[in-house]
Amino acid sequence: MSDRILVGTRKGAFVVGKGRGGWTPHLAGHAGMGVNFLARDPHTGALWAALGHGHWGAKLSRSDDDGKSWADASQVKYPADARYLGHAIPSEDSTEIPGPTQIKPATLLKLWTLAFGAPGTIYVGTIPGGLFVSRDGGESFALNLPLWNHESRGGDLSNGGGSGVTHWFGTPASEGGEFAPGIHSVLVDPRDPDRVLVAVSTAGVLETRDGGQSWRSRNKGLVMDYQPDPTAEWGHDPHSIELCPGQPDHIWQQNHCGVFYSSDGAETWKKVSFPDQGVHFGFPVAVDVAHGGTAWVVPGKADMERMAIDGGLFVARTQDGGESWEMLREGLPQKHAYDVVLRHALGISGDRLAFGSTTGNLYVSENRGESWSTVANNLPPIYSVRFG
Amino acid sequence: MAKVQLTRHLYAFFPQLEGKELMVAGSTVADVVQGLEAIAPGFAFYVCDERGRLRTHVNIFVGEDRVADRARLTDRVQTDSRVFIMQALSGG
Repeated sequence: MSDRILVGTRKGAFVVGKGRGGWTPHLAGHAGMGVNFLARDPHTGALWAALGHGHWGAKLSRSDDDGKSWADASQVKYPADARYLGHAIPSEDSTEIPGPTQIKPATLLKLWTLAFGAPGTIYVGTIPGGLFVSRDGGESFALNLPLWNHESRGGDLSNGGGSGVTHWFGTPASEGGEFAPGIHSVLVDPRDPDRVLVAVSTAGVLETRDGGQSWRSRNKGLVMDYQPDPTAEWGHDPHSIELCPGQPDHIWQQNHCGVFYSSDGAETWKKVSFPDQGVHFGFPVAVDVAHGGTAWVVPGKADMERMAIDGGLFVARTQDGGESWEMLREGLPQKHAYDVVLRHALGISGDRLAFGSTTGNLYVSENRGESWSTVANNLPPIYSVRFG
Repeated sequence: MAKVQLTRHLYAFFPQLEGKELMVAGSTVADVVQGLEAIAPGFAFYVCDERGRLRTHVNIFVGEDRVADRARLTDRVQTDSRVFIMQALSGG
């Protein structure tokens, strides 16, 4: 189990260490800046921060001394000819009614997630839907073109080609979100680094088995309630996906439309949520390191309210592949709690879990969620929680 | 050579520029940004996106005038111009 929690917030990077007095957070750089994701490269020990400067754009930052100092990394940039099909939205400056889709030049709107593969391989998921890959430990990043030019988003537009039809949509957060698709989850199979799953809001899950040369949909069994065809191949809104390191074919998905579980490597998904018990809507999911049927979610109240249900914060755990759920409330506020826990803000390390909310509350459990203790109540809105 | 003045926030990212008198050659604002990029690699991507468009929350003034061409930064710069690179009043 790790004794350190890395917390990305709207106002900086925090490292939370466990000492004799308990867990203590300290600001570890980027004060005042948005840190969408904070994680450690397990191969080099370097800390990586995906920044969202309000004024200066998205930037990738790296620390080789545990956050004492940071430096701009090689930056993620879309190539000059990278374009994508977007859904035209009339703006207040519009003088004409736009067509249903338009080709937009791609620029980096958000660095959303980081993942580490084989030594030297770093993945960066971004909005507007580009997966960037470094094979040299972060010295340089390149856009994965087979995914960027995938048929599901209209094919290769760079030479005037493409189908003109995209099935990728943006699902912006109401506060400052982007109307463009985003890759928020990247999972590397620990048995085979050429097998990678990504989740896109909004398109669904895609998989490569050849190191990113080709991608296919992995959305069988998912259902949605906001499109005419609930089981269409595309258009799903996974909020996050996670796999079991010890049983990598066991993959969990917290989706906009429920919790889904796959025990066959995402070939098929099964809906395992119970709305009447409060297990349905939410953003993050965590999976046990060894047992693929054990997972945790932090439910919110439907997509209309998106906060703790009836003012009481709880974590739901299943140990039987989603057949049943336990509501774990001990140590968590059960009155006047309006927290929402974002998709990267639940972390796990062995029996230890931690999560943080946009209300700035950070909680830790030492016993697989049975009970929780408060680490902090006044952090900035929390975007990511990772042990490391 | 245009004389460039930066919002102090940019010095946090480019401390090598602090305290220096920034004199940059060029006939357009785009030239000035590229001149600063040459002095401080990475600078242009803080002020502009990959397409060279001025970021939404950044302002550049030539003298008293806010730049008109935010897409290509073709606004003219004279040899005695003063160029101000500021952040827009926005945030949260």
